[in-house]
Amino acid sequence: MSSPRTPGSQPAIHVAGLRKTFHVPVREAGLKAAFKSLVRRETREIRAVDDIGFEIGAGEIVGFLGPNGAGKTTTLKMLSGLLYPTSGEALVLGHVPSRREGAFLRRMTMVMGNRNQLQWDLPALDSFELIRAIYRLQPVDFRRTRDEFIEMLDLGELVNKPVRNLSLGERMKVEIVGALLHRPQVLFLDEPTLGLDVTMQKRIRTFIADYNRRYDATVLLTSHYMADVQALCRRVIVIHHGRILHDGELAELGVRFDATKTIGVTLKEGVADLSAYGDVISSDEGRVTLRVSRAAAPEVATRLLRDLQVADLTIEDPPIEDVIERVFASGHGEPGEEDAAANAAPSAVIEQR
Amino acid sequence: MTGRVAISSEAEPDRFLPRAGLIRGWLDLYLTMFRIAILNNIHYRVANYFYMIGMVAEPVIYLVVWSTIARQHGGQVGGFTAGQFAAYYIVWTLVRQMNIIFTPYGWEERIRQGGLSAMLLQPLFPIHRDIADLAGWKLVTIVLWLPIAAVLTLLFSPELSVRPIDVAVFAIAIWGAYLVRTMLYWMLGMVSFWTTRVGPIFQLVFAAELLLSGRLVPLSLMPEWAQRLADLLPFKWTFGFPIEALVGHLTEGALLRGLAMQLVWIVIGTIGVRIVWHFAIRHYSAVNG
Repeated sequence: MSSPRTPGSQPAIHVAGLRKTFHVPVREAGLKAAFKSLVRRETREIRAVDDIGFEIGAGEIVGFLGPNGAGKTTTLKMLSGLLYPTSGEALVLGHVPSRREGAFLRRMTMVMGNRNQLQWDLPALDSFELIRAIYRLQPVDFRRTRDEFIEMLDLGELVNKPVRNLSLGERMKVEIVGALLHRPQVLFLDEPTLGLDVTMQKRIRTFIADYNRRYDATVLLTSHYMADVQALCRRVIVIHHGRILHDGELAELGVRFDATKTIGVTLKEGVADLSAYGDVISSDEGRVTLRVSRAAAPEVATRLLRDLQVADLTIEDPPIEDVIERVFASGHGEPGEEDAAANAAPSAVIEQR
Repeated sequence: MTGRVAISSEAEPDRFLPRAGLIRGWLDLYLTMFRIAILNNIHYRVANYFYMIGMVAEPVIYLVVWSTIARQHGGQVGGFTAGQFAAYYIVWTLVRQMNIIFTPYGWEERIRQGGLSAMLLQPLFPIHRDIADLAGWKLVTIVLWLPIAAVLTLLFSPELSVRPIDVAVFAIAIWGAYLVRTMLYWMLGMVSFWTTRVGPIFQLVFAAELLLSGRLVPLSLMPEWAQRLADLLPFKWTFGFPIEALVGHLTEGALLRGLAMQLVWIVIGTIGVRIVWHFAIRHYSAVNG
């Protein structure tokens, strides 16, 4: 996905050879181990992010996918300047994030599901005023942006209620407004829809898409809800055990990692045993769903139509959730390759300190 | 890969206040932070009042003990009469209120719970939030302190005669004390970046402060070596000096020297905070936030 650099310009986000290692104290249970740890402290080295690299262009929305503990949030925290990388290079809008320069912080934001930048006991409008002063925003421009976002997210009178009286979804919406009042050019969104109902998720997705279009903002998004990713991201980066498994179009993911298709068949009369045609995934109210290899799908479909009285037949890619699940479960860098997870697994190096 | 961005050190300057208005920007920021802190604390005025009442217990104990000793020693101890002790410890209650800072224990929680992350994402060095939050809180609690001081005055009959310069220096010194103590305990709190459970270290410093600041006992009642040691440490300028500025009949030279010492410790503290922060923040693991 990388492209050659041109003088005076660069991708919004550039990452090369980025690593983050944590040293975690380890101690066995029991009194003996407790005394032993007094004189010889053992730590375990956890490579949370292990030599990753990618570039993201201005205006792109990229989904950052991976199971819990894969290294997504650690990466976002390094890119937002919260964490110092152990090694490697990260540039966001030309800034080294770990330097946390004011000019950088004014151009980016990070929204975390559990972040609370709002004053709990006060209406959100008071917190917005504080944000205006902290970011040194021009009052007229600030008010215009604030009112625009309040309207886009249909917040209405909610901004006049103490934050503690808002529901989780309402709170998330005002959090997002607060995080974007300075109109950042780069957004790191870590599970922005976590715990929200479907309607609220959709509202926030629409807002992110509108913001991206309106301000040509770059968005790197993590979410466990594939609906978020499918609605917003053409490109996804899949990370597992701290290493990147895939960086490309979302649609490619199925082709690359799941060499199967699902064929749904409804027969005109009754139900038949179709196991001779492929793996039967489900059989429900006369409709049988088969999993077959991608290459064999046309031939299996032809045979089904030829052999049986078919009322309806569909050929589909497997749901993206299933593909992702298979990628994570296998930990493969490439289908058919030697298990990449064995190489990518967090190392457990015992050190004495 | 689609768009590329021009490298710029400024973030669309037209949307931000110009650098020329830097002082106005800081003033606006601090006034807004004060306003938010006052709004937050008015909300908890009852809790604040009970906190204030609880805080008075410590000086009242000192006051009763020293007044009793003074009476048993023919009316005074080390030049302090019972009425002067009363004046010292009643002013003590205000100074104590003024020099409450973000506790080093708060750093443990801030780091362990990840509360620092939200502050780090904003273009403002976090110490400003702490200074403004607690300064706003003080503005609320000073109002609550007035009736408590009135009751203590009625109960203990303080002897107090002050000159305008004493009041003026006191008014500056209580804020100077607040800044000295903020810098000192910010540096101490940042030890939490390297290791959790730093309570014993804090306790050691608190003990030194208790003895060498004038908090437990006026410094003039301490042995001479302790007084000389106190002159070299920052604690005296956070407690003893502001109180004595008002009740100690200090000379004009001593008053100005005291303010100068506060300034020196504020500068040392600011440099210290910056240096410790530079190394400490690299250890932040941003867990839970």
